[in-house]
Amino acid sequence: MRGEDTGVVMLNWIWIGLMVIALVVGAVNGRLEAVTKAAFDGATTAVDIALGLVGVMALWLGVMKVAERGGLVELLARAIRPLARRLFPGVPADHPALGAMVMNLAASWLGLGNAATPLGLKAMAELDTLNAHPGTASDAMVTFLALNSSCITLVPATIIGVRVALGSTSPTAILGPTILASATATAVAATAARLLARLPVFRLPARPAGPEAGS
Amino acid sequence: MTALQAVSTWAIPVLLLLVVGVGAVRRVKVYESFVEGAKEGFETAVRIIPFLVAILVAISMLRASGALDLAVRALSPLTDAIGLPAEVLPVALLRPLSGSGTLGLVSELSKTHGPDSFIGLLAATMYGSTETTFYVLAVYFGAVGVVRTRHAVAAGLIGDLTGLGAALLVCRWLFV
Repeated sequence: MRGEDTGVVMLNWIWIGLMVIALVVGAVNGRLEAVTKAAFDGATTAVDIALGLVGVMALWLGVMKVAERGGLVELLARAIRPLARRLFPGVPADHPALGAMVMNLAASWLGLGNAATPLGLKAMAELDTLNAHPGTASDAMVTFLALNSSCITLVPATIIGVRVALGSTSPTAILGPTILASATATAVAATAARLLARLPVFRLPARPAGPEAGS
Repeated sequence: MTALQAVSTWAIPVLLLLVVGVGAVRRVKVYESFVEGAKEGFETAVRIIPFLVAILVAISMLRASGALDLAVRALSPLTDAIGLPAEVLPVALLRPLSGSGTLGLVSELSKTHGPDSFIGLLAATMYGSTETTFYVLAVYFGAVGVVRTRHAVAAGLIGDLTGLGAALLVCRWLFV
């Protein structure tokens, strides 16, 4: 909850700040007319880009529906299962939490956001049944969310669509760099989650659940 | 370097072949499924319009007022030290907070500087290099009522920083 509030509240103030700065600086520089015109141009450009996205999004969502029906998510989930077992030592190999987590990760990596979220929520619910301290994040939960919040991106379809809409000569030039950067982020985030769990500030309270445990 | 460029060139064709191939072998109604999925394309694109308008209007106004130039000039000495164009700094700062906001920034930079400029390429790579950490934590922890999040924010932000830093390094190596 808190995180969402932080994000939305900050964005609210950032946006207000941007508007006010633009208007004040524009007035001081005597460029208010240009600022007004820029507002209209910006709005028009936004719609041009979004509509330019339609083709690429339709293509990609079509392909991904075929992937879903063909069981590609299950295939990838099976491939990453051995790795997941090592990352989550606290989760028994036959527990439904592990199945839900690998399915969620496979769907996220393939860019199937709509399929990934329900699987992720199921995984969290399953992890909660293993949690000895309700209300406090378990090690497995933090590691799982670190994998999700740094998510490997195999095909950034939306951004490719934007590049197509803006007439890029090589819309997919960013694919290799994106895969490498996001995979590095995921590996480091998962490692950080495992290592930080050992720090005194983040250590779990001795059971049963105590009030302490940094947040 | 060439390996990474090969990934950029081959990732989509290989994935297309894999998807259609697996679909055919498993007797999926490939054409029907494709059309069904593609229907969502329009809706998805239209859904981001309000976010894009909000960001593009604000940034365009900022640019026209001259404030963006001032900020870039003020920040350049700092960002130049790590080889980051000052124009792209807002993308890195906004990425963990808002996915659609970042998409708006990246679109504006790609439009202004060109999608194939270093700034355009770097901004686009940064967008895909990590996820919206605060949103992910809010949704998933909120669902199971976790309030003491322990090291989740730290681990998430370390991941973001790594992704953004890796994007900068790879782009400088590949595109400069």
